[in-house]
This record gives sequence, C-alpha cells and structure tokens, in this order.
Amino acid sequence: MSRHQVELTVNGGTITAEVEARRTLADFLRIDAGLTGVHIGCEHGVCGACTVIVDGDPVRSCLMLAVQAHGATVTTAEGLAAADGTLHPVQQAMREEYGLQCGFCTPGVVMTLAALTADGARPSEAELHEAVSGHLCRCTGYQGIQRVATRLARAPQGEGA
Amino acid sequence: MNSPEMPPGMAARFVGQRVPRKEDARLLTGRGAYVDDIVLPGMLHAAFVRSQIARGRIRSIDLEAARSAPGVRAIYTAADLAKFDLQLHLMHGVVGPIVRPLADGRVAHVGEAIAIVIADDRYLAEDAANLVFVDCDAETPVVTMDQAADGPTVHSNLESNVAGGIQSPDDPELPAIFARAAHVVEGVIVHQRQAHSPMEGRGVVASRQGEGEMTIHLACQSPHMAALYFTQLFGERTDVHFRVLSKDVGGAFGLKVQPWREECAIIAAALLLGRPVKWIEDRLENLTSACQAREQRCKVRMAFDADARWLAAEVDFETNVGAFPNNPDIGALAMMMFPGPYRVAKVGFKTRAYYSNTVGQAAYRGPWMMESLARETMLDKAARQIGIDPIELRRRNLITAADQPHTLPTGLAVDRVTPRECLELLLEKLDLPAFRAEQAKARAEGRHLGLGVAVYVEPTTMHGFGGPLVSDSAHVRVEPSGKVSLVISTHSQGHGTQTTMAQVVADELGVPIADVAVLEDDSSRGGFGPGAGGSRQAVSGGGAAIRASKLLSQKIKRLAGHLLNANPQDITIADGLVRVAGVEEVTTTIKRIAQTAYYEPARLPPDAELGLEAQYRYQPPGTFVFSNAAHACVCELDAETGVVKILRWIASEDCGVMINPAIVEGQIAGGVAQAIGGVLMEQISYDAYGNPTAATFKDYLLPTAHDIPQLEYCHLVTPSASEGGFKGVGEGGAIIGPPTVVNAVADALSAFGAECLDLPLTPAKLLKLIDGA
Repeated sequence: MSRHQVELTVNGGTITAEVEARRTLADFLRIDAGLTGVHIGCEHGVCGACTVIVDGDPVRSCLMLAVQAHGATVTTAEGLAAADGTLHPVQQAMREEYGLQCGFCTPGVVMTLAALTADGARPSEAELHEAVSGHLCRCTGYQGIQRVATRLARAPQGEGA
Repeated sequence: MNSPEMPPGMAARFVGQRVPRKEDARLLTGRGAYVDDIVLPGMLHAAFVRSQIARGRIRSIDLEAARSAPGVRAIYTAADLAKFDLQLHLMHGVVGPIVRPLADGRVAHVGEAIAIVIADDRYLAEDAANLVFVDCDAETPVVTMDQAADGPTVHSNLESNVAGGIQSPDDPELPAIFARAAHVVEGVIVHQRQAHSPMEGRGVVASRQGEGEMTIHLACQSPHMAALYFTQLFGERTDVHFRVLSKDVGGAFGLKVQPWREECAIIAAALLLGRPVKWIEDRLENLTSACQAREQRCKVRMAFDADARWLAAEVDFETNVGAFPNNPDIGALAMMMFPGPYRVAKVGFKTRAYYSNTVGQAAYRGPWMMESLARETMLDKAARQIGIDPIELRRRNLITAADQPHTLPTGLAVDRVTPRECLELLLEKLDLPAFRAEQAKARAEGRHLGLGVAVYVEPTTMHGFGGPLVSDSAHVRVEPSGKVSLVISTHSQGHGTQTTMAQVVADELGVPIADVAVLEDDSSRGGFGPGAGGSRQAVSGGGAAIRASKLLSQKIKRLAGHLLNANPQDITIADGLVRVAGVEEVTTTIKRIAQTAYYEPARLPPDAELGLEAQYRYQPPGTFVFSNAAHACVCELDAETGVVKILRWIASEDCGVMINPAIVEGQIAGGVAQAIGGVLMEQISYDAYGNPTAATFKDYLLPTAHDIPQLEYCHLVTPSASEGGFKGVGEGGAIIGPPTVVNAVADALSAFGAECLDLPLTPAKLLKLIDGA
C-alpha cells in the first residue's frame, strides 16, 4: 500500500502526516488528528454523520480519501464554536430547538448547515430543508432539525440564527 | 427557559419546564465520548470472519494466509474460546439453542461470526479477515416462518423450530359469542422485519486490568445490566470483576439492551490476548449480523353486536425470531395488551415463535406493538365492514374514567388512563368536519387524502413482575464543593436523563440545575438498575431520585437547624441558599453546610452521620404504570406513483406529570418517525437462500426529514400513583404510530375499494392495489 505525505489545515491549525492511499478522510480526522466529533455512521455516504467542511463545501468524509484532502482547509464540529466557547449560530439554534437526542448524527447536520450559511449566505427555506434531508437521524424525527433549517433561512442577513 | 415566579423553596421550579439539555454543549461541539472515541495504550482492533451461507456444517477453517498477513496479532475461532465454555443467555427464560460467541461446527445464518481477526488497525484486520477460507457443506435454509414451521430444525439440540408460544385457556363461551354476533370481522396483519438502525452501531473496547479486573467500554443501554451479564457469563470460568463504562451512546432502541455474541467474543479475545481490543460494528455488519426486530403475523377475528359494541376477539400470533435471538418474543405482552383501552369481554389467543436461518430477534421500541397495530387496524376494517365511522366505533367501546380501575379480559388492571379524553382532545385539534370537507374537495380534484386515528394504552416501567426491572437506585450527595452529584441507575442513549434527573433533584434540594451532575455511565458507581428499556426511566429513576433527594433534604435541614439555632421545619432552601422562615437576616449556603458536614464533626448534632449524602432504591407501586394516547395523521396517496406523504400528525397523550415537555415531545416524535419508516419503507429482507438483500442504507430505507411533518401535540396530565406522578413515554410513538399510518393509508385507498394490512406499504405494493381496483 503506497504512503503519501499530506498537509491539511484543520480547524485553523496545520497537520502534516504520512498516510496510506486508502485511508479515508474520516479515519484520518478521527484517528490521526484526534477529532472524534467526526462520526462514522454508514461508510457509504448515505447517513451524513461524518460530514465536515472541506474548502467551504459540506463533504462526506467517509467517501473522501485523506490524500484527496492534501492542501485543503477542513473544519469539523470541534472547530466551529468561537475561541471563547460561544456556540456557532447553528449549534446554538440546534440547542434551543432540541435538535438532538443521542448526538451521533448531530455534528454532520451542524456542519452541513454551517457550510451552507457561512459568510452571511442565506439559502432559502426549501434549500436548507433539502440539505438536511441528506442526513439520517434515528432519534428526533427531525423536528428540531427542521425548525433550525427554517430559522436559519428566516434569520436577518448577517445575524446568524 | 420560561421560569415562572415561585415562592422560594415552595414549588417546582424545573420539573415541567422546557429546560435546555445539559448534554447538548458537548455533543454539539464534537466532544461526546462514544465507544469508538475510546483509545487505550496498546489497543488492537478486531474484524470478524462471517458466514457467507445461511445454513451448513463447517468442514474446515483455513487461517494460514491470514495469520501471516501484515499486522495480525491473533486469530480466534470457537475452539480457542472453548476454555471459557460461554453459553449466552436468552431473555424471558426461553429454553433455546446453545449460543456460543462464535459459530461452533455449524452456521445458522448469513453473517454469523466464525472467527475474530485481531490486528494493529481495523484496515489490517479486515484485510486478513478476507484471507480466511471457511469450507462449508451448505444445506437448504429455512428462511420464512412458514418454512420454519415444518422445515428441518435450525438447532440440532432442539426437537422443532418452535421457540415458544402461549395459548389462552379454552373458553366455550368464545365460539358462542362469535356464533350469535351481528358482525364478525376477519383479517391478517403482517409486520415485516426491521433493523433498529441506531446511527451508531454496536461497539466494545475490552481491556484487562491486571489479573482480576476487566474494564469494558460498551455501547449499551445499562452499564449495570451489561456488567451483570458479563459476570454471569464469564463468572464460572474466570475470577474477573467486570466494570462497564458507557458515556455517550448513539441510539439503541432495544438493540443494545443485551450484549450479544460479538461483544462477548471480543471480551474473551481480550482475556486470551492480554491487550485491549476494540470492535466497532460497521453498517454492513449492523444490517446483516446485529439482532433485528418484528417479523410478525397476526390473524384476528373480532365479534360485534348490532350496535357495533366489540364483544370478543380471537388472535393467532406468529413470529420469526431467527437463529440466535437474544430476546425471543413469544408474544405474551402483545396478547395481554390486545384488548387495549376497550370494554371487550373476551379475548382468546394462541402464539408461536419460530427459529429460522436468519438473524436473531431483539427487543425493539415497543416490542409488543402488534397488539395496537392489529387491534386498531382491525377496528377500522370493522368500521368499514359494519358501515360506521371508525371514531364513533371507538367512542362506543372505549373505557372512561367511570370504568376504572379496569381489568382487561386478559387479566391486567389498568388505572389512571384517559383514552377517551385524549381522543376527544385530538378530534378538537384536528377539526374533523373541516378535514372531511377538504378530503372531499381533494378527491373531486383527483387527489387522495386519508385520515388515520388510533387509540391505545401502554404498560410502562414494568416493575411489578420480578426480575431486573423491579427497581432503580439513586445516590445523591452534596459534595464539599457545594455541588450536587446524582449517581443513578438510569442510562441515556439520547433520552436526556442528565437533564431530566437533574431537574428533579434541583427541585427537591433547592439548588441551581447547573450545580447538579448526573452520573450514570459506570457500573462501578452507584447501585444496580436496568437502565433504558420498558419506558421506565422517568418513573423508576425519577422516583428514586426524588426519594433519595427527600432524605438528603431532611439531613440538610436538620443540620442547618442545628447550626442556625432554628427548628428544621422552619428551614427553606432555594437556589442553594438556606434560610430560616421569618428570620430574614439568618442565611447560609448549601456549600457551607456541606463543608461542616464533611470537615467539622464536632459541630454536628451528636447522633448525626458525617457527610451529606443519601441513597434510595425505588420500586413504583403496582405492576405497570399505564400511559395512553390517541394519534391522528393525514396522508396523501399519489395514485400515479403509489407514494404516501404524511401531511399532518397530531399526538394527544397522557404521560402524567412531564419533567421536561420538550424531551417528552422528542421521545414521541422519535417513535412516530420510526413508525412512519416501519409502515412505509423499512424492510429487512432475505432471498430464498437466506441472503440478506437490504445490507446498506441504500436498500434499507430510513425516513428522512422529507418524510416526517412537524408534529402537533395535546398533553393531558393525569398523575400516576408513582412518586412524582410520572408515566413512561419512550416507546409510545413506535406503538401507536404504525396503526395510525396504516389507517390513514386505508382511508385514502378506500377510494379504490382496496385495503392493505401487509407491511411495509411500499409504492410498488400500493400501485398494484390501485391498478387492480
């Protein structure tokens, strides 16, 4: 198995490592970078729990290899809140709307919504509901997640949720 | 949080409030601690070699190539584990097959674990597992329950494939009632097999600590139950003390009640190897090897008089429990609860559970739900046959407050339930005349709307029948820091008990909720209890927390009275501040009292114990605590595609006093979503050779946000007789949800003169009915 040198910016810091070509980005982030908020739910791209932000886009890290992320900027759930611990608007809205129970799918949902509302972007309600429909949650019946999607779409420009 | 003004220390401040969850901050920021997040020094990784065939004799297992593969540290088969003589226990005392952790000479389903490969990482373990060659003599499997009923036995130590069954005593009056009934309604209800599908699969990290101790990190529903199970299993052959840790668990729904073959195999492997071993189930394994649920068939006959009064029922229940069920359900509770909240006089029943060459059965959220599914769908069928509105049919037969306590013909006594009241509240919220007008208008436009209503009563907590579910333990203490620790035998896999139990304790002690830590993740901490299972944690755990807190509150007040020269009865505590009634200027804090209690024995009353702690083991009164609900849903059936869309859902329920309404509603919604998935899309299926044909989430379809509407709720609060007045609510949505959906689809289908009680109601199946009409 060939090994490759990769360098990524993850949650603001630089990580350099030598990885096997077959190592998934999800395993790299969890095992090599210690970012266990990246959750692996299906390993075939359906459930969305492993979603992270790669160069601005929400990406299923189980379907991407670590070598493909060479040179990329990656954000995980650990890197979303402010330095002082203030929750990201998506995280805060999820908390206020009871958007989670067991919390396993949660980081993936949060990363998708954070990617789509980054830099003041305001996708429509329909777009955000469509986006969260790509995440499986077995606990909540999607009640809080749907309310968060609605809230984010309706929030005034630049004010988060 | 909406916190009403209350006199200090006088009334509940947190119970009843939508308090934000204490769990959320860590889970939202990726700081949860699930089993796969555990990393130990020297830890190795396991992958299983699994059977490719459904039934056969193992001729040989060739490990040579795998043993020399990179990074492989050990490979174990049944022969290596034989020294432990491990026989896994089936629940409910069913005498069944001898269940070993690994296949021993024969395989009985595709996916059965045959060998464990342990390597430096999971990639290498899987590489090597693929190099193991298992040579088998394949035999024709028995896959369906009909094949199992008269096919060759799945287990050679058993005389037949019947895992068990019960039958009501012969009652000569029953045929007589049917003979003179004005209406006899018959039907067959089939519920397909489902996978629990928690987003996190099973997982274990087993680590031997010196000679006599093993620490097990486990995705489970109760660390105490798991530790008990491992101790019983390994106890005969080892002197190992088991400690089970389980902080965050990514959903369970019954799948993680009982550690099963793989978890036990990993523990045995870690004992043999002397190094920590981790196994994390992947989704393929979860959908093809983890225990599954349902697959039941129920034949029902109902007798009614000329006024549509339900007189009697005969029920024949069969289920396919697979090869190695950890919880073979012989349908006992389903039959006991079949009468539901109705004044039916006689119910006769017969049940059979069959072993087959498929994955074994486990409990799944509302395991006895067939009673509600079969009864409520058959009542609607009866209404159509008799020519009466299904709601009117229910009104004529539902028990009311005047009937209670009400003893079901199957013997259970039901009390403090409000099925009729919940139904009326539901209809008010629904506005039935408005819906019927909308439905007629839609039908004129060629659109097919349907309304489904169902009513049920639910036996929660299950504490009155002996066994591990009898009681829960709470140990509460004010630490010298002034902070409060509650060590309790509840356990959350999303239930939010770190929040709800803290609400209860904060109220009883008069402290800020932020000061209460709920600790439930360690079998070595606190007393035994069954954790999650049977919708019981609020009732039994909450009751234990209240009782323990009351004892502690008395201690605090007695000590405060002594220190402040006051009568303990005059002491009030609120927000951590201790006051003497009528003496404004005299105050102290819980923290100062605690420090005195721990550090200054000379200042305590002469006979007082040191420290500030109390514990209580609580058993709720009676046998069950009953909750109840009436649900309605409106669906649209697309006659072109056969797709059913749920447009509206109303849950009208009575779970007694709600600790946290947001968490109650979350439990209901989660169960309803699983019900919608179960009725419309989820299906574990096998081909004729016993090969699983839904092995990924592309084939096993779970509902998405597109499939579940925003639920509407009506809450009635009829306190239970248990401490705090709580009733269980965790399973209800998954019990009453399925007949609600089926009835709505049946209402929409009625335009085509068709009906379908054969789940799942997939677009293909519905289109066939529509096209055949």
